[in-house]
Amino acid sequence: MKRRSIAKKLPTYLLFSLLILVYALYLVILPSSTLVINGAGSTFVYPLISKWSSEYRKIDPSMIINYQSIGSGGGIRLFINKTVDFGASDAPLNKQQMEVAKGVIHIPETLGAVVMSYNLPNINLIINLTGEVIADIYLGKITRWSDKRITELNPGIKMPDEKIVVIHRAEGSGTTYVFTDYLSRVNNEWKSLVGRGTSVQWPTGLGAVGSEGVASLINQIKFSIGYIELSYALQTNMTYAAIRNQYGKFVVPAPENVKQAASNLARSLPKGNESWENVSLVDAPGENAYPIVSFSYILVYEELSLLPGMNERKAKDLVNFLWWCVHEGQNYSLSLGYVPLPPEVVRINEESIRMIKFKGISLMGGD
Amino acid sequence: MNEDEVFYLFSLAVASISLLLLALILVVLVQYTLPVIKEMGFDYFITSSWNPVFGKEKYGILPYFLGTVLTSFIAVLVGVPISFGIALFLTEYSNKTLKKYLSIMIDLLAAIPSVIYGLWGFFVFRNFILDYIEKPLHNYFGKISIFSATPTGLDFLSGGLILAIMIIPIVSSVTREVLELVPTEIKEGIYAIGGNRYDVIVYGSIRYSKNGILGAILLGLGRAVGETMAVSMVIGNATGENALPRSLFSAGQTLSSLIANEFNEANPTSLHPNALVGAGLVLLMMAIVVNLGARAIVSKYKR
Repeated sequence: MKRRSIAKKLPTYLLFSLLILVYALYLVILPSSTLVINGAGSTFVYPLISKWSSEYRKIDPSMIINYQSIGSGGGIRLFINKTVDFGASDAPLNKQQMEVAKGVIHIPETLGAVVMSYNLPNINLIINLTGEVIADIYLGKITRWSDKRITELNPGIKMPDEKIVVIHRAEGSGTTYVFTDYLSRVNNEWKSLVGRGTSVQWPTGLGAVGSEGVASLINQIKFSIGYIELSYALQTNMTYAAIRNQYGKFVVPAPENVKQAASNLARSLPKGNESWENVSLVDAPGENAYPIVSFSYILVYEELSLLPGMNERKAKDLVNFLWWCVHEGQNYSLSLGYVPLPPEVVRINEESIRMIKFKGISLMGGD
Repeated sequence: MNEDEVFYLFSLAVASISLLLLALILVVLVQYTLPVIKEMGFDYFITSSWNPVFGKEKYGILPYFLGTVLTSFIAVLVGVPISFGIALFLTEYSNKTLKKYLSIMIDLLAAIPSVIYGLWGFFVFRNFILDYIEKPLHNYFGKISIFSATPTGLDFLSGGLILAIMIIPIVSSVTREVLELVPTEIKEGIYAIGGNRYDVIVYGSIRYSKNGILGAILLGLGRAVGETMAVSMVIGNATGENALPRSLFSAGQTLSSLIANEFNEANPTSLHPNALVGAGLVLLMMAIVVNLGARAIVSKYKR
């Protein structure tokens, strides 16, 4: 009896071993013909980098971009440890991080914006808000929609006399960094009490996980307000507020308004190998500039031979890929809800990518 | 060396791996936690400020510790009577066919991944709790502090109730097994002196198996303490002072949801990752205490 039952299972065993064998062969053959470039970091840019990676395969089939969206903090950690070939972060490296990641180059690869979304039943108009008012809502000082400071910004709209339900991101995120960076810029109490960071100590509110969590809470809870990435708001048709900029105008986060924030500040941007710690696009000057805007960065080392497993061919491929990202790659941004870089920033990136070397020799000489 | 000795050494080596793993994990956790304790001192355990912002760094895990205790307590308070009823019905009342299929169904509940519970809790269960439990309680008893916060369905109560559902399979199946071990002689004896089925259950089954049932409860508690995803989706994820459990209806956070939420983006050059690992150490300690307690009681019972 026993023998027969083993004989019965034999085909399954055989099939299983065959599958393992095929997979092993696949793993052995793969590296000899293709190069894998590893990156890790921001979840915010994951859709874009993953699109780039598949589009770039059509141009250079011999190379695979393997990007893990583990979060900016994790990306920075792996980048500092030289576990990955490039990192991606929504915030620039700070002073401490610059010290341990010597020779880092910041390459802003796309623009993102944060929008204020809300659930106000029976109000179909776009409401107006200012940074000061948003900060006081998130500090718990403005608690009702009918507060005088909100109604005087929205003369034509009858605000309901209801409590505001404040929603924020629960997990650390680049979106939170941009949002709190903006609030710190426009409100001194926020700056001293809370500050800016990927996770902060929220004085009030409910935390939801991910943009999708915040968006679905806003949809579910009446009289709520929350901040989400522009790309996510566009994909899900959320309503969002117009926010007063430095110029005094209430602007919506249309792509050209986001772009203007970056192009107006382009002249003051540092070189790729300098510190970007103080770069911030929030509350940028310009008549139509939307105020809650930021870069997302790709981080690479200026001297690529420092990385274990790096060779000249791989270094060249990485540099070509980065060059492609900041040029042709930008064409894929808008359809995914990102905003393409203005030409002034692309020029800064060109200079930065030319700095990247392998054993002291520049890799972009010919271009 | 004969085969027997070789086999003995081999299995000894394999068995010691698990012990070694636990020891290594503890060593690493302590090693990562030390810097934050050095900086914060004992305040790390008894204060509630949680600020990872560079230049303002301050870490205190009291609210999350209390949050873990509170949600697990609610889970046991609600989940255990239900599980107990299920186990009693299966062992004492139901017929064989019903018992077979019901047991399978309950075991299937344990196979549902916790994130599914979380999604269901977030989209469905939360609204149910909000409309039928929290709003009436808040309207009638809003003056009592534990019902005072404005209900949103994203709070300690929702977190605790989701956990209650999640611990039902393990508590009910262990209780069922314990109840089945009650010797027939005891039951027959009670019937013989004129007892009815109620007497058999109360004076026979429950009295005989009380240690085993306690063990089942502690196993359920162990699961509730460590659960992450489902709780994180319905507990509201507040941080700092705001996360102290002031009311059943206020948003809070547990140790495990805090780690899951913040670790990915924690700045590697700050103390933030260390503070989160410390939360993990406290969580592991809690789980070890609860589980050792459960084992001790269950094994005492088996002997």
